[in-house]
Amino acid sequence: MADKIATRAAYGEFLVEEGKVNPNLVVLDADLSASTKTNGFAKAYPDRFFDMGIAEQNMMGVAAGLALSGKTVCASTFAMFAAGRAFEIIRNSIGYTAANVKVCATHAGITVGPDGASHQTFEDLALMRTIPGMTVVSPCDAVSAKKLLKQVVEMDGPAYVRLGRASVPVFYGEDDDLVLGKGNQFRSGNDVAIIANGIMVSAAMDAANQLAEEGIDARVIDIHTLKPLDEEIILKAAEETGKIVTAEEHSVIGGLGAAVAETTALKCPCRIAMVGQHDTFGESGEPDELLEKYGMTSADIVAAVRGLF
Amino acid sequence: MKRKDNEYYEGIASKIRVDVIKAVYHAGSGHPGGSLSAADIITALYFGEMNIDPKNPKMEGRDKFVLSKGHAVPAQYAALGERGYYPVEDMMSLRHLGSNFQGHANMHKVPGIEMSTGSLGQGFSASVGMALAGKLDNSSARVYALLGDGELQEGIVWEAAMSAGHYKLNNLTAFVDWNNLQIDGRNEDVMTVAPITDKFAAFGWNTLEIDGHDFTQIFKAIDDAKACTDKPTVIVAHTVKGKGVDFMEDQAGWHGKAPNEEEAMEAVKQLGGTW
Repeated sequence: MADKIATRAAYGEFLVEEGKVNPNLVVLDADLSASTKTNGFAKAYPDRFFDMGIAEQNMMGVAAGLALSGKTVCASTFAMFAAGRAFEIIRNSIGYTAANVKVCATHAGITVGPDGASHQTFEDLALMRTIPGMTVVSPCDAVSAKKLLKQVVEMDGPAYVRLGRASVPVFYGEDDDLVLGKGNQFRSGNDVAIIANGIMVSAAMDAANQLAEEGIDARVIDIHTLKPLDEEIILKAAEETGKIVTAEEHSVIGGLGAAVAETTALKCPCRIAMVGQHDTFGESGEPDELLEKYGMTSADIVAAVRGLF
Repeated sequence: MKRKDNEYYEGIASKIRVDVIKAVYHAGSGHPGGSLSAADIITALYFGEMNIDPKNPKMEGRDKFVLSKGHAVPAQYAALGERGYYPVEDMMSLRHLGSNFQGHANMHKVPGIEMSTGSLGQGFSASVGMALAGKLDNSSARVYALLGDGELQEGIVWEAAMSAGHYKLNNLTAFVDWNNLQIDGRNEDVMTVAPITDKFAAFGWNTLEIDGHDFTQIFKAIDDAKACTDKPTVIVAHTVKGKGVDFMEDQAGWHGKAPNEEEAMEAVKQLGGTW
């Protein structure tokens, strides 16, 4: 676990690599290409990069038009302005038409940090998950981000990929299998299952190691694809452990916790606790300070697990 | 495309208007006013201009039409039917459960529909994307969008206008169906949209203003737009809401209301159709 890399940086590298082999790929941005890391693609393939200015709604509409004309489109801005501001355009012009647009949104969650509450997105996964036919992905590290982005670009149809600003540990190895729609079990254990996505996968592993010292054997699962949801791995965890803690850098309303609760409630009820943003706005601060203040650390996961025993 | 006399297009437009009245009557809901105001523009594009093939709706290199004022789709359904994409009777299932002819178009259900629209402003934005794709592909095909005047109140319209001007999309032509009425009343009473041409000109567009019920003017504007080499063109078309049916003309109340049987029969009679 040597390097820490932001998933947005992995996205930038992916675009440059993909642009080389996929002449059909077009990238759009809304005046944030240095931050979303689409600027590498813009430099390498200026003919296939369009800055749409600070106009996210139109960017999504243009993305739809390009995709319906045969292009594969990656459209990027911050998660707040993609999933939030442009929600209805994504819903009607991209989702309803099943356009081949990949909304690759960066700066999601509270780890945006000092920019504060206006830029800290806790609602994007919930919003995107409600759109029929939308694939929703929230990778935990640079390696999985790249591998999942490749699959997202190669599949036909709309997708939302949630990427982060902060540098995070690399967990996956280059040879690890990552399949869109299939959860990955990082650690086995039958006392409790910690189901996480995004940066909380790292916290979940730390929590599991700490819990092991207390004699609690925790299973850790990365649900990098929120939709389609890997119900099999979740129901197996519910059945074999009877206790699930979900962990996400997102509102506990409508995101991973909700998806897991919906699935288990219907098919295999079990005890559940949720770690995430608890129905409140954030504030300015450093990412680590914010994660601690708003309850999204390994210690919070440990506490949630203890609460189930 | 070799053009015919105006009488030919006027005859088709009348048929389209009759189809609209019948379909909206059978649906029991819908938008006759804006369908009738746009019927001549839609007729000109489908019957006198666009390079399309009803037998091959996805033909490579075809011109595209996006009805951004998606509520006027009965007129587009009628035009596609009259043009031979499907028997025009099919659209009489408009708005019924299980019908392909949705209240606002679904591009996957009806051949010839290039974009699912209905939420205002979005079709225009998508048409910019289509025009951009045309530039990427060095295509000579053209993209046409039709907007309502009330629709211009949507912010995304001006985002789209800015981007088309910025990228000099001369392969894009937008019509504005300026019938001056929207659901709550006249534009200037609800939210002023005038001056329209000045606004588009400020965003880098070539602007034209015509009578949207005069085929000579419609076709001349289309040709002028094609001759413009460095800008997208907007054709602001003065029209009459409910055109062709005297009790519907210039009445906001007919924006989104179906005629009853007596009204429908009278409308069809006035339009020269048979019930």
